[in-house]
Amino acid sequence: MKTGMRKERIDRGIKVRSDSIYALSSWREISYLMAPRALLVGGFLLAPLILYFFPYWQKVLLIVCIYALLSMAFDFLANYVGLVCLGGSFFVGVGGYGAALLNKYLHFSPFLSIPVAALGGAAFCTFFLLPCLPLRGVYFAIITLMYPLMMTRIIEAFELFGGTNGMMDISGFANPWVEQYFLIISTLVFLFALRRLAVEDIGLVIKGIKDNDQSVRASGINITVVKAQALFYASFLGCFAGAYLAHTYMWAGLSMFALDFSIIPIAATVVGGGGSLLGAVVGAILLVPLSEALRAFGPLRIVSYSLILTVVIVIKGEGLLNYLSRKYSQFERWVEI
Amino acid sequence: MLTVRNLSKNFGGVTALNDINFAISKGEILGVIGPNGSGKTTLINCITGFIKASAGEIVFNGRNIKGMQPHNIVNLGICRTFQIMRPYSSMPAYKNLIIPLYGPRARKTGGWRGGGRHGDRNIIALDLLEEVGFERESKVPYKLAGTLPTGYLKRLELARCLALNPDLLICDEVFSGLSMSEIASMVPLIEKLNKSGVTIIMIEHRLKELFKVAKRVMAISYGDKIIEGLPAEVMANEKVKEAYLGADEGV
Repeated sequence: MKTGMRKERIDRGIKVRSDSIYALSSWREISYLMAPRALLVGGFLLAPLILYFFPYWQKVLLIVCIYALLSMAFDFLANYVGLVCLGGSFFVGVGGYGAALLNKYLHFSPFLSIPVAALGGAAFCTFFLLPCLPLRGVYFAIITLMYPLMMTRIIEAFELFGGTNGMMDISGFANPWVEQYFLIISTLVFLFALRRLAVEDIGLVIKGIKDNDQSVRASGINITVVKAQALFYASFLGCFAGAYLAHTYMWAGLSMFALDFSIIPIAATVVGGGGSLLGAVVGAILLVPLSEALRAFGPLRIVSYSLILTVVIVIKGEGLLNYLSRKYSQFERWVEI
Repeated sequence: MLTVRNLSKNFGGVTALNDINFAISKGEILGVIGPNGSGKTTLINCITGFIKASAGEIVFNGRNIKGMQPHNIVNLGICRTFQIMRPYSSMPAYKNLIIPLYGPRARKTGGWRGGGRHGDRNIIALDLLEEVGFERESKVPYKLAGTLPTGYLKRLELARCLALNPDLLICDEVFSGLSMSEIASMVPLIEKLNKSGVTIIMIEHRLKELFKVAKRVMAISYGDKIIEGLPAEVMANEKVKEAYLGADEGV
């Protein structure tokens, strides 16, 4: 701290989409805006090539994408719609079993079964969560937590779809490059599409429900329909992730309803910072490799993992991305008092 | 236009509204007065479907709307403001109006100046805010709604209703919490709206200001309708005085 001086922060006067007017005057401003996006897109696209000699880490990259999709779904529901959803594993399981069934009995190729299972699974999940939509906060969270547990028990009890063994011999991807880029490009497309949706008029309505649902009703809008629509988008992402997993593991089983798919996305959203969707993705990029790297600690892995999480939450409670983007969009300079 | 017959509402054992009857015809301004807790807001909530009436019927343009969902009632043309303002705090003030302009009512009827159907909703929203008294050239329309003072929030509530092109506007204490000068600027707005063909029900505690605009007033106390008539008649009524000032025990 310098004496007689104080730090002044000024917002950079650039706004990308200032209500359908694009006001960029120089290459410097354009590159300033594009740099973070280019870094993200470029990084994702180049990662499989960079990791060419580390096939293990190529697999980790795919898991990063899976958790990025689930974290986006969680962030979208929690910070845009106002529904805290612990049903990540419900989405993954439904999508996974859906793709496996389509592949096994109807012989759909992965490129057909994944989108069909994602759409069908999203419709299935939305339908079953429909009665819970009037619930808010922790009540919705509890119900969504119950669904995957319930599905596991039903499949076990009735020996459905291979029972505890799961469904084997699901066809995989023929080409490992196609396998990787299919998921990476889909993840990027969904990220930008969802971010775009959030600033469109329908996105405002969705955000309005979180802010003040009674006001939305008083505007003549059926909030149950809008919530169901938002839930469909979120569960689509989750089911897509699940369907992809079924084809990449060439197997669908009970562990697709595992709690990890519900819990880790929350941690990723908290670490990366909620409310921007990008933060959730950044959180997944940080957490998934971290938890892999910590495998060296053996039984202490979960302890060190929790320790790191706790430290991040305490020090940067707003989330890393929210902090970084604030720093990025401000000048700082020392001025005399 | 709106006829309320034998409307009652019980919350458990408590009777909030007891056998209320009234009617309002097109183009009128009806004032509703009563002390705190007399059931005025409950009456609005029943008419607009936010709570379900226990008994009676509410007929709007020949159709019984009792038991209908709030959004369906809005889409028939009954819009209400909230006494405790309900803005979308995390959005700029003008973005608050995109939501009603996006809704089915505005899209079907065009909404305020056709903004629901065509044109840039952002511009229409800014025009509408100017209409209700937000300074167009200032930063106020762009400020987060959560940071606005009461006066602007009340106007924002009104603007949300106007965006929907209401046939019947129900104002729940739009004057309360406003300064005299703010009310003075609001009164012509209400009158202008009424002249343009909007029927208005106004719930109000600020009687002097209410009587400037409302030609007919209904008084409620403890869920019972006491009297209905010209402002002067209502104020001269013994029961109304008693409800507001307490009964004279004749000490």
